[in-house]
Amino acid sequence: MAASVPFTPAVAAADDVAPSRNTVWRRFRRHKPALVGGIIIVLMGLVAITANLITPADPNFIDQVNWQGYPLAPGVAGHLLGTDENGRDLLARLMFGARISLTVALFAVIMEISIGTFLGAISGYYGGWIDFVIMRTTDVVLSIPLLPLLLVITAIVAGTSNKASLNFGVIVLIIGGLSWPAVARLVRASFLSLREREFAEAAKALGNRDGRIIFRHLLPNAMAPIIVQATLEVANVIILESTLSFLGFGIQPPTASWGNMLANAQSNITVAPWAAIFPGLCILITVLAINYLGDGLRDALDPNT
Amino acid sequence: MLLVSVVLFSILQAAPGGPLTPYLQNPHITQADIERLRHNLGLDQPVYVQYFKWLWQVVRGDFGWSTSNSEPVIQAILDRMPATLELMGCAFSVSIVVGVVFGIVSAVRQYSWLDYLITTFAFFGQSMPVFWFALMLQLAFSVVGVTAFGYHFSLPSAGISSLDTFDLGDRLQHLVLPVIVLSLAFIAQYSRFMRSSMLEVLRTDYMRTAAAKGVSHTAVILKHGLKNALIPLVTIIALTLPGLFAGAIITETIFAWPGMGRLFYNALGQFDFAVLMGYMMLVSFLVIFCNLLADLCYAWLDPRVKYT
Repeated sequence: MAASVPFTPAVAAADDVAPSRNTVWRRFRRHKPALVGGIIIVLMGLVAITANLITPADPNFIDQVNWQGYPLAPGVAGHLLGTDENGRDLLARLMFGARISLTVALFAVIMEISIGTFLGAISGYYGGWIDFVIMRTTDVVLSIPLLPLLLVITAIVAGTSNKASLNFGVIVLIIGGLSWPAVARLVRASFLSLREREFAEAAKALGNRDGRIIFRHLLPNAMAPIIVQATLEVANVIILESTLSFLGFGIQPPTASWGNMLANAQSNITVAPWAAIFPGLCILITVLAINYLGDGLRDALDPNT
Repeated sequence: MLLVSVVLFSILQAAPGGPLTPYLQNPHITQADIERLRHNLGLDQPVYVQYFKWLWQVVRGDFGWSTSNSEPVIQAILDRMPATLELMGCAFSVSIVVGVVFGIVSAVRQYSWLDYLITTFAFFGQSMPVFWFALMLQLAFSVVGVTAFGYHFSLPSAGISSLDTFDLGDRLQHLVLPVIVLSLAFIAQYSRFMRSSMLEVLRTDYMRTAAAKGVSHTAVILKHGLKNALIPLVTIIALTLPGLFAGAIITETIFAWPGMGRLFYNALGQFDFAVLMGYMMLVSFLVIFCNLLADLCYAWLDPRVKYT
């Protein structure tokens, strides 16, 4: 990372420079839970990507031969994890649910981090009225509880046209568009201290444009906390999306998402506990793995905090 | 606060159909009636005029009319507030007490098996999807039940009480599961925060001084350490407050708790935007108020902090 900062003065103290890739990897490897977390994420990602190749059945196919109105137990009629209340293979739905849940999280976080980083960067770099406007906006968004706000907006979208319009893209836009303020604050804080550093002044003295200073000189030095935050946000968004879907205002059936698979599970919990257990277990394992990964990354990238 | 109200008002404007939606669906009301209603209710005036009118109503506690409950929004919310406060108050106290105790134990016995147990628990708590945890507890404690010491226990999975008259035992039984569900994430957060805060305090000079002066171990930790480690927790508690309201919506929905969160969820299904906005206004106001309170507490608790 240090290499991407061409104007770092040679006098800078050793701990002033971002750690090299090797150091980061060595520190990360020592953090066993994070390593395990990383492996689980990679496996989940692989399942999500190859869902259509490895799936035991079509996720929306109703096994009309064996299904007689109530969920099939795990192992019955070749359904490894059983079926849901509509006779659809649970394992297949879990795999395709992984695809939806993970892509929603990925895209929403990319959107959230882009907006947050951009606004935080210009806010911290320019200060003045730009900073004032952006920071008041984040204050406002942060003081409205996120989940109710998301629910109200999805309800408005659903009420304006119909619930089917709450598709993948809309959910990503709504979550990504409302969860950036925390990132903006974080980036602003590191820009406030970075812009006072010598290399920033050097870059300015050399006549670089503001845009170049922000994105080529300052941003690489602010990446560590952003990466950690992005990781943890993926976990948050998975929970948010599954909560919205569970309450019926997220990904709409028949598309499977880990959240909406649980929506009907409560009423069937006495007859089909497996339909309630497995989707939630997937969410828990994935989110836990991501949280451990983020924790390990934090230790590896920035051992001072 | 004013900015929040502007944002919420704009969202309300974007809501489909506006306040007249229920009348639009009524075949006995003609287009002319609609126009007359629109005029009488001031809906044909410019947006900013409507905004100030709405704001004035809100200030006087008038949040509009709930179309799904056929009562004033403020009435609907106030009726359900005690139940929510009961649930949130209990969960809040449990989270703070358990979180602080876990954090202290974890910090004082750093790297012991107890510390590992608590930190692992905290990670699970933070990663747990609230609604799934609730379902699993219902499955374990209400559907299946627990057999221990020769007795078969099961806890109620829905509602605030099963009796018409007030009975403390009955109420407490109904509280157990929702409170566990709601407080889990916060116990996790508070204990992790308390642990790092306590570790920091344990390393300071005044702790060493106190120990050197012959104060007993427990007294050092509880009197000198805890007092200082608690200060930053105030900010964290204020920051997690919006999460408590969000958690209450999910918890109340799953446990059929007759509170504000359930009112909100039902209003969602009915597209009753007056209730939704009333709830949002109230909750945002509470959050801002508590943040302010936390700032004041912080300055009062920590004389080193000065506001200019």
